[in-house]
Amino acid sequence: MLLRHTPKEIGERKAVSINPAKTCQPIGAMYAALGIHGCLPHSHGSQGCCAYHRSTLTRHYKEPISAATSSFTEGASVFGGQANLLQAINNIFSVYEPDVIAVHTTCLSETIGDDLPQIRKKAETEGKIPEGKYVIGASTPSYQGSHVTGFSNMVKSMVDFAEKTDRKNGKVNIIPGWVEPSDMEEIKRMSRLTGVETIMFPDTSGVLNAPMTGKYKMFPDGGTTVAELKSSGDSAGTLALGEWCSADAARLLDKKCKVPCKVLDMPFGLKATDRFVDALRTIAGVTVSDELNIERGQLVDLITDMHQYFYRKKVAIAGDPDQVIAMVEFLVSIDMCPVHIVTGTPGKKFEKRIKELTAGKEYEVNVKAKGDLFLLHQWIQNEPVDLLICNSYGKYIARDEDVPLLRWGFPILDRQGHQYFPTVGYKGGLRLLEKILALLLDRKDRDDPGESFELVL
Amino acid sequence: MTTATRKKMVQWEPADVKAELLKKYPPKVARKRAKQIMINEALENETPEITANVRTTPGIITMRGCTYAGCKGVIMGPTRDIVNLVHGPIGCSFYAWLTRRNQTDAGASGDNYINYCFSTDMQEQDIIFGGEKKLAAAVQEIYDLMHPKSIAIFATCPVGLIGDDIHTVAKTMKEKLGDCNVYAFSCEGYKGVSQSAGHHIANNQVFRHIVGENDTPVEGEFKINLLGEYNIGGDGFEIDRIFKKCGITNIATFSGNSTYDQFATAHQADLSAVMCHRSINYVADMLETKFGIPWIKVNFIGANATAKSLRKIAAYFEDQGLIDRVEAVIKEEMPEVEAAITDVRSRTEGKTAMLFVGGSRAHHYQELFKEMGMKIISAGYEFAHRDDYEGRQVLPNLKVDADSRNIEEIEVEADESRFTPRKTAEQLAALEDSGLKFKHYDGLVSDMDEDTLIIDDLNQYEAEKLVEIMKPDIFCAGIKEKFSIMKLGVPMKQLHSYDSGGPYAGFQGAINFYHEIDRLTSSRVWSYLKAPWQESPELTAAYVWE
Repeated sequence: MLLRHTPKEIGERKAVSINPAKTCQPIGAMYAALGIHGCLPHSHGSQGCCAYHRSTLTRHYKEPISAATSSFTEGASVFGGQANLLQAINNIFSVYEPDVIAVHTTCLSETIGDDLPQIRKKAETEGKIPEGKYVIGASTPSYQGSHVTGFSNMVKSMVDFAEKTDRKNGKVNIIPGWVEPSDMEEIKRMSRLTGVETIMFPDTSGVLNAPMTGKYKMFPDGGTTVAELKSSGDSAGTLALGEWCSADAARLLDKKCKVPCKVLDMPFGLKATDRFVDALRTIAGVTVSDELNIERGQLVDLITDMHQYFYRKKVAIAGDPDQVIAMVEFLVSIDMCPVHIVTGTPGKKFEKRIKELTAGKEYEVNVKAKGDLFLLHQWIQNEPVDLLICNSYGKYIARDEDVPLLRWGFPILDRQGHQYFPTVGYKGGLRLLEKILALLLDRKDRDDPGESFELVL
Repeated sequence: MTTATRKKMVQWEPADVKAELLKKYPPKVARKRAKQIMINEALENETPEITANVRTTPGIITMRGCTYAGCKGVIMGPTRDIVNLVHGPIGCSFYAWLTRRNQTDAGASGDNYINYCFSTDMQEQDIIFGGEKKLAAAVQEIYDLMHPKSIAIFATCPVGLIGDDIHTVAKTMKEKLGDCNVYAFSCEGYKGVSQSAGHHIANNQVFRHIVGENDTPVEGEFKINLLGEYNIGGDGFEIDRIFKKCGITNIATFSGNSTYDQFATAHQADLSAVMCHRSINYVADMLETKFGIPWIKVNFIGANATAKSLRKIAAYFEDQGLIDRVEAVIKEEMPEVEAAITDVRSRTEGKTAMLFVGGSRAHHYQELFKEMGMKIISAGYEFAHRDDYEGRQVLPNLKVDADSRNIEEIEVEADESRFTPRKTAEQLAALEDSGLKFKHYDGLVSDMDEDTLIIDDLNQYEAEKLVEIMKPDIFCAGIKEKFSIMKLGVPMKQLHSYDSGGPYAGFQGAINFYHEIDRLTSSRVWSYLKAPWQESPELTAAYVWE
């Protein structure tokens, strides 16, 4: 057994977190910043933070992740990191020539109380920020929230760019949340099919799924441009996908530039995608295209065709709040039974939403925000499941408990495809169900006795 | 690969390459980097001076990590039956969770905490009011849940800043629990200039709290410790296989596939064999001072290097039976190695490689490339010191700067009852005369050709330039560097994690490595970068469909 020290008996733990279902804020800020075109993320802390975030993002996306660091030493930790950051800004603009440096803090620089806006101002007065170049910053203390919070905080800082002029641009802002580059691409495609012009921020498509060409571009072609970020203040409205990832930025933009916003669930599964498309067509005042109607019909077709295999299958899920909420709704909608649900990210609203989504069902639901995979494993030991949905760390539980694993979320370190194939929208729903079916039916084919082993399923 | 159309490195003088690397830097950065980029002019007993183990310039995209990574990630991570509890916000423990590919074999029921990640997950109130109580409670909870024989506590950046006294918490909990050794590492990420400081901190505490704790005799005729081997991809398994065949007892590997009790009995060995000089030489020195165990430098990366290292160990024990067995093992293992070399060498001969990794790997792996007839045109370390480049003879002249002074040096004295010199001064001198050198390491520079480029703390910008200019057939570094190099159309091999390959140590490992490098440098997959219409974009004639 790989996790042989995990007892079935669940005791109370107040101090130790074991096998976390979250990581720290700065990595989320780094991922978000990569979704700005020509942007170099910068980690204001000791160089290990930057190394760890780059390594983890690289292992997940299998793409180069460029980011710089203030390389704090003991001296900087005592006297403050201003000198390091000023020097870093100067070096970065000289050597790497980005359009934007997106600085995020760490537990180190937060604990000593470095003030990013003040340091940026000093860099400006000292002429360290060249004409037409930008430094933005987000406060991302690792001891609050999770990687999701850090993502949200960096997206919020992108609202700094937004300008309100007298002329509306006729576009809809979409804040997609921490989804894959493929998902961002798919959300843009669905918007195009609906006939809506959009500004998406951040947008890592074309950045973290870039082609192999024999040329290395430190700043790939994708990403939201500064011009688009500026123009987001003139949009007709904002759709924020995910309360945890995207809502704060949308509300800030509303406050700053009077761009009305609507916070939706991330469009995973049938119903959440329906709500997204419906909101899009309402804001833009358009009729949904036949293509999208066909895609929706295909998803419903697969659900009804294969319903017998989904029906009453028990599922355990760990992941980030916005994703897990949408996934639970999807599973419930196809009569699967999400019985154990964990996110590492804090937030009472999470448990409330899950309880609402599973209210009145014939099964008991274990749910915990600020939970960990250790607890999830104990729940599974006490009540086994037919499917586990988790990031790659779930494979240790899956192997010990002999449960099929759908790798979904962050990080996925041992499989490919998430960069290229979306799981949002109707097409993404098809892909999720295809994967779930393959796992359940492969298991059935493995376990069925010879006399009932069947060709046609 | 369209190598023929590329501008080959022969057109570049090393001085020009160096100038090109420095050209874009602001003057201050250029001056500093110039001292860390060296054109090799090594002579018989003299190497030019390189600057190493100095701060990375803020804003420069470095390959380096932090002190915590060196302490928890590298040294303590691979020990299977010690619970590693990270005191800090969640990230540090999360990122070091199963990402270094340290393999371990705990059997069907042995203690194995490597698959677990423990953290106090410090929150804002812990930062404001202090986290000592939470840390003590976490130790208690782990003990109640799992009853490990030992719990190691690791400090992260904020812990040092808020002044949590982790050592007192460890001591108190050790006394309270009674049968669980608890100790702490002050390995805050901001200390030192790289992972290297963390190695040193880990070495100190392992020696202070574990080594020598268990006097239960370990059986074995020729007892050694293997220091600085981390069992990445199963390297340690292959080395242990060879030791076993030779009749050598490896009491403790520091720290691949290791256990608490192996460390605790390490003082019973008669020789320390040091693989990674950078990360573990401190323990080797301390074992000698306190217990009288001499150390020699070995290298099990490369088949010839493996044979040479085995012979060194056998020569040390001065036992004809062992010497004969080692020769027999080498004779038995080498034919398969030679067959593999003959196979790949027709394709690898003359190809070029660059190695930028670690504090010893950029040196050790040169052996394997040379066995394949490949040339190392540029190499350097991420976190090494001058002695790893120039050899230990520079140690007396090393200046201790402020960053190094902050790392504790522990005073070790000969153990009153257990210090036993394994050899007399005369025996040691006789062995030295016969060519076996103790406490000796020549470093990387002397093994590299003249006019090659040796670069310390290579960064992303320089790596890209270097590859563009010199067009190596393969580039070796770590995960962060991997895909920017590959986007340039150049094969890349990770020498930290091996890209999920390995083992590459010992005889079988060498064979694995030859095949892997052959695969990387001979593959057709690199020829698909251009579509047919990009190869010949001109339209010579229009197709007529009718």
